[in-house]
Amino acid sequence: MNDLSSKVLQGDARSIARLITLTENDMLNAAEEMKKIHKHTGKAHIIGVTGVMGSGKSSLIFELAYRYRKQGKTVGVIAVDPTSPFSGGALLGDRIRMMELSSDDGVFIRSMGTRGMLGGITSSVYDVAEILDAAGKEIILIETVGVGQDQVDIVKIADTTLVVLVPGLGDSIQTIKAGLMEIADIFVVNKADRPGVEQVVAEIEAMLDLSNKSERRIPILQTSAKEKKGITELIDEIEQHIKFLKKSKKFEIRRRKRYEAELTEIIRKRLMGYIFDEAKLRKRVDSLIDQISKKELDPYSAADEILGRILK
Amino acid sequence: MERKIRVLIAKPGLDGHDRGAKVVARALRDAGMEVIYTGLHQTAEQIVKSAMQEDVDVIGLSLLSGAHMTLFMDVALLVKEKKMSDVLIVGGGIIPEEDTVKLKKAGITEVFGPGTPVEDIVKFIEKNVKR
Repeated sequence: MNDLSSKVLQGDARSIARLITLTENDMLNAAEEMKKIHKHTGKAHIIGVTGVMGSGKSSLIFELAYRYRKQGKTVGVIAVDPTSPFSGGALLGDRIRMMELSSDDGVFIRSMGTRGMLGGITSSVYDVAEILDAAGKEIILIETVGVGQDQVDIVKIADTTLVVLVPGLGDSIQTIKAGLMEIADIFVVNKADRPGVEQVVAEIEAMLDLSNKSERRIPILQTSAKEKKGITELIDEIEQHIKFLKKSKKFEIRRRKRYEAELTEIIRKRLMGYIFDEAKLRKRVDSLIDQISKKELDPYSAADEILGRILK
Repeated sequence: MERKIRVLIAKPGLDGHDRGAKVVARALRDAGMEVIYTGLHQTAEQIVKSAMQEDVDVIGLSLLSGAHMTLFMDVALLVKEKKMSDVLIVGGGIIPEEDTVKLKKAGITEVFGPGTPVEDIVKFIEKNVKR
């Protein structure tokens, strides 16, 4: 186990895969390995790809990864799909669109279930991005689950966030304004081979006209993953965006926010683990819940007691 | 926390019949496993590389075309070559008894024929995962 992190740093696929499994299952060993790789991270460009379900995110990621490979860049893909809230199982199907990349050693693809997280990604995505970064992947593409209005956690981790829309959403553009529409660094109207593209573009333009506070007008790109159109232009625009960030302090600010989110997540996981998994405290928590049910105690006082035990 | 069983369900070769693979994938999902479905027309190399990246416990191969002796064998061989000895390989499809014997010798731990209740597959995997 000692040399797992050093093998990851050498880019060994098997070790990368193993360390990801460790972090996903939150085993004690993972933390020790993760501590050793952090100083080797920070070089990768992390690109988040989010959008409603069926908008063609996986196919778009395949096309992007394919072009980046042509440029000689190494690529990591993290594809998140929902975990069942009932069985805890998941059907991870994003790889289907990317199988052509499976025989390329310059690409590492990992599918993940959300495992109870509701923001469109899963909490170990931070770890997986660090692992792929440390392993030398230059471009990391993260695919969120098909999102609704406020599953916007991707923005906490990505340097560049692509919001993928499709023609035919019509008026629902209006309804998704509040969450999803605010996090885009680049809008991508995919399936642009279909009718209705102009309408979607016009509606996004109209929305952008209303918010005039940005020094950078958010670009709207039209792509067709099916007809392989607009991908080169999209890659250029992604490049422009990272240059824009790096010209100002924005890049540093974003990275700092990512580390804040990552740190918060680690603490949250450890704390919850301590309260709910550790044999002794779990018993006390259960009896407090019993008291709350019988109206002998209220939830706030119970929380005071639990936190009191930890903080003492 | 209990580690989730991860399974790669793959369709090797030129066979477009994936109803069975999907039924099994769904059943494993409902049993609490994480199922990575690769889709159709995969080469042995693609399947084994995907299995490595996904760090799966199980590779499930489905084939109804009759080419199992070549394609299942190729996967088993590659798995051995890559020293992924802790990955359980199972297969399913229209596979004659005498072939099953040979496949088992080659490293396909179990072969499920038509009519196998999905619960049996779930139980088999839960009992036989190697780590």
